Amino acid sequence: MVAIDFVGVTKSYGKRVVVDGMSFTVAPGECLGLLGPNGAGKSTITRLLLGMATPDAGKITVFGVPVPARARLARARIGVVPQFDNLDHRFTVRENLLVFGRYFGMSKREVEAVSPSLLEFARLENKADARVAELSGGMKRRLTLARALINDPQLLVMDEPTTGLDPQARHLIWERLRSLLTRGKTILLTTHFMEEAERLCDRLCVVEQGRKIAEGRPHALIDEQIGCQVVEVYGGNPHELRSLVKPYAQRIERSGETLFCYAPDPEQLLTQLRGVAGLRLLQRPPNLEDVFLRLTGREMKD
Amino acid sequence: MTEGYMAVMPANGWNWVAVWRRNYLAWKKIALAAVLGNLAEPMISLFALGFGLGIMIGRVEGTSYVAFLAAGMAAVSAMTSATYETIYSTFARMGGERTWEAMLCTQLTLGDIVLGELAWAGTKSLLAGTAITLVAAMLGYAAWPSLLYALPIIALTGLAFASLAMIVTALAPNYDCLVFYQTLVLTPMLFLSGAVFPVSQMPSAFQQVSSLLPLAHSVDLIRSVMLGRPAESLGLHITTLCVYAVLPFFLSAALLRRRLMR
Repeated sequence: MVAIDFVGVTKSYGKRVVVDGMSFTVAPGECLGLLGPNGAGKSTITRLLLGMATPDAGKITVFGVPVPARARLARARIGVVPQFDNLDHRFTVRENLLVFGRYFGMSKREVEAVSPSLLEFARLENKADARVAELSGGMKRRLTLARALINDPQLLVMDEPTTGLDPQARHLIWERLRSLLTRGKTILLTTHFMEEAERLCDRLCVVEQGRKIAEGRPHALIDEQIGCQVVEVYGGNPHELRSLVKPYAQRIERSGETLFCYAPDPEQLLTQLRGVAGLRLLQRPPNLEDVFLRLTGREMKD
Repeated sequence: MTEGYMAVMPANGWNWVAVWRRNYLAWKKIALAAVLGNLAEPMISLFALGFGLGIMIGRVEGTSYVAFLAAGMAAVSAMTSATYETIYSTFARMGGERTWEAMLCTQLTLGDIVLGELAWAGTKSLLAGTAITLVAAMLGYAAWPSLLYALPIIALTGLAFASLAMIVTALAPNYDCLVFYQTLVLTPMLFLSGAVFPVSQMPSAFQQVSSLLPLAHSVDLIRSVMLGRPAESLGLHITTLCVYAVLPFFLSAALLRRRLMR
């Protein structure tokens, strides 16, 4: 049985179509990343999944349970890490777990039985009696993760789990998420961090304006969409440079003052450019960001 | 549509307790200040209004003005504490503090949350009302054993006003709108319900309005209990308060669903 099944799901608010005929599945034990720019409809997809919004059309099931009709039953097997911190700031770390466990019908004893291992998992053993207001951003996010695990869910839904965290805090979260995946948990995560998507996700679903525009394994997507080396050119007159490199590049894109040249033979292209003064050149393998920007456009949209 | 509405109803008879306990835990951290406030406020009003005005007024409906007022104050404090809890604290938990957002990811339904919040607001009014009846009894303005009968009525009053305020919370776009409810609904109700002067002194049109107001029914009940008088139309009063507690619950759940689960 699939963990998540979205079939032709559509949701509009007024005249604005936020999710437009979205279909995807997530297999048990898999990590699927919903990748998309801000406002692409990623958060709405997670709300639909939890039964917090009702789709206008389409079908959603979570472990075979229809949502939103039986969303409460589905939520018993889901842990949620929301985009915005919604911990209880007046309470201590321990109290946050207790209160949240009770929302799942757990007794104090049941919560106390699982709390030590959750706190250890979140590396918060020494902070059990600290108030949430005293925690750093990374600690708060880890507490949110521990809290999401209190009902021992099979599926974790994470809405931009590392947005706003510093690199150290982000790496610790990624490491914790990987350890959850090795334990066989299923993860659906939304992100606009390419690095996060590349490191964690088995499969990606690129979303724009509520529509799926590409899907696949990260490396397969890179090969499929780019498939050659990238040369970044900073400085100079982009217009003149473009005509100079055109014969040697498969495709050229401009973003601000930078030219991105997709070159099957980068050496040839670089030879052309070395004669031009005042340029900075960078040759690198293609990455997910290239895919993302190719699919959603280099220039700012809003 | 109906199916969607049913999904936000309480999942069972006990889920709401988790919400109540969360609010109790938060309250416990500031309990001392809260209880002192509960006691100080009625003492100040009773002394100031009761003795100040009482000297000029003399006896009202066969009793001293302080005793008349004390019973009114008990009902009013149940009304205000349940209302404030619901339109300010609950509004914050529903919105900016994101407490409800976290709850909605769990086994709680929207109805469980609303029910827990109403029960908590009812508890807060029970605390405030108990404080005022205790003060009144210690000053000799209420009969001791009958106090016990006043408590469930105070709690019911609190539930009714919390339930009404939940509609306001469900509809209000921001804090500023909450103030209108206070000034345009609660304050007039305070004067129309016989809390500070007898209803019989008002023109008959106002008396008819008064008979529809939940506070008037609460004041009547609490006053007869506190003054040790036989309660008239007991069934009518209790039924009215129950209707005010139950109907707005269903309405606010529907409105909140529209607001939060779009």
